[in-house]
Amino acid sequence: MVGASNNPLRPSYTVFSYLRRQREYAVAPINPTIEAIDGVATFPTLTAYAEQCGAPDVIDVFRRPSELVGVAREAIAVGAKAIWFQYGVVNQEAISLADRAGLDVVVDRCMKVEHARFFGVLAAGGFNTGLISSRRRGVPARQRSDT
Amino acid sequence: MIQHEREFGFATRAIHAGTPPDPATGARAVPIYQTAAYVFGSTEQAAELFALRSYGHIYSRISNPTVAAFEERMASLEGGLGAIAFSSGLAAQLCMVLSVAEAGDHLVCTQNVYGGTVTQLGVTIKRMGIETTFAPVEDPAAVRAAIRPNTKLLFVETIGNPSGALADVEAFASIAHSAGVPLVVDNTFATPYLCRPIERGADIVVHSATKFINGHGTSIGGVLVESGKFPWDNGSFPLLSQPSPGYHQKVFTETFGEYAFLMRARAEVLRDVGAQMAPMDAWLLLLGLETLGLRMERHVENARKIAAFLKTRPEVAWVREPELGSIFTFGLRGGRDAGRRFIDALELWSHLANVGDSKSLVIHPASTTHSQLSDEELRAAGVQPESVRLSVGLEDTDDLIWDLTNALQRANSA
Repeated sequence: MVGASNNPLRPSYTVFSYLRRQREYAVAPINPTIEAIDGVATFPTLTAYAEQCGAPDVIDVFRRPSELVGVAREAIAVGAKAIWFQYGVVNQEAISLADRAGLDVVVDRCMKVEHARFFGVLAAGGFNTGLISSRRRGVPARQRSDT
Repeated sequence: MIQHEREFGFATRAIHAGTPPDPATGARAVPIYQTAAYVFGSTEQAAELFALRSYGHIYSRISNPTVAAFEERMASLEGGLGAIAFSSGLAAQLCMVLSVAEAGDHLVCTQNVYGGTVTQLGVTIKRMGIETTFAPVEDPAAVRAAIRPNTKLLFVETIGNPSGALADVEAFASIAHSAGVPLVVDNTFATPYLCRPIERGADIVVHSATKFINGHGTSIGGVLVESGKFPWDNGSFPLLSQPSPGYHQKVFTETFGEYAFLMRARAEVLRDVGAQMAPMDAWLLLLGLETLGLRMERHVENARKIAAFLKTRPEVAWVREPELGSIFTFGLRGGRDAGRRFIDALELWSHLANVGDSKSLVIHPASTTHSQLSDEELRAAGVQPESVRLSVGLEDTDDLIWDLTNALQRANSA
């Protein structure tokens, strides 16, 4: 997560805090100005992350629009499969760069909200998840097919 | 996980939206979660929930699983981002106003809307320091001229109550948006089956869910649906775009993006006003929604037959046929006294102050809600002494017509 913050008032903290509690993801904060967030060590750059941990699957971006072309170039260079620009984090040149390099690109969406939509908790807030199904959820698909 | 991306139709969503099988038990009907509060998994989870960093239920004044199912279904049917249910339509309206406006602000509302809306905006909310200008629905230029720099919303009814006048939602949306304010539409009389204002540019839809949504006259409820498309960060809505002292100095537009309005309306306004819907009422409303389309078809068909019948009767002076929906007025020859005799002679039609029931309903404003007014005062209020309002139900129209025929004869035979 590029631009993750340790300030609890910032969305870039809220989303980091939410995602790292989901068991299915490992989330790494990228921020050269702080050392750690809630005990999770940060990396100064995407390049530094990739050198130590390999290519990331998805890069979630919380940076000013003017910084995004640089972020997109770095994302392409480290071999990311997808780049996700949060609410208001929009720069057409950065989007085109990532798109032309073959990355999946998500723009002006919140990863926390979209995660909550597909894993059932967004419905708790009366939001229109768009999900319609008569299958029983809350039970992993593997278990269901075994029974 | 759900793999398909199908856009389901209205009838399917009226039955399924918001109600997948209960994950805990597999119950296919939505359970009535009759609980005040919810146990936290850990102190850490509790802290995340209170800080709005995680989603889940804390206390049923703020959210409840049965109520959330109703909210999601309404959001789906109206084509909105989300919905919030309230204890009544007027509670939904009050909380909608408090979500965007504070003392010193101003609202614009069309004239001849529901009387409860006129007193809520024009008297109670005015006492809270938020002033409303009422402008004629048939004069868009006057509505446009009523908007001031401190105006926070434009409010209209899809179908006026009781006038039956239709609002041009697209025209009003354009007026509102060119002034940087949201268009709020009361869609109670039309329901999302007959009209979906958000598809025509409205930003917020409010309902008295007591009427057609419930459909059987069994509960009082209200709901608001928001589109998620209005730019609340346009500089005119500091309640949403500035740090909120009501919630840890959170800036709702920055933290929640398109969800800013709904998050603030629930986490601050519903929390502090306390006008939440009860789970049992949500359950009745969910049951009502399953047949909304079927019922509306028949309501409209029956209303057309009744209006056509009334036009043939010599006792009837005029009929204001419904352009949309099943609620309309007609005038009896013989004025206020004929109206009284007509109502007293009815056997099947219920004389009461509600609309949108499966049972056919009737009211004579001049002898009930407006009985203290002289004939001149009545006309000034837009009500004729001979006006009778009908809400046509789902009974056999032959039986409804039989009852009306008898009562019309008695009304005329004094």
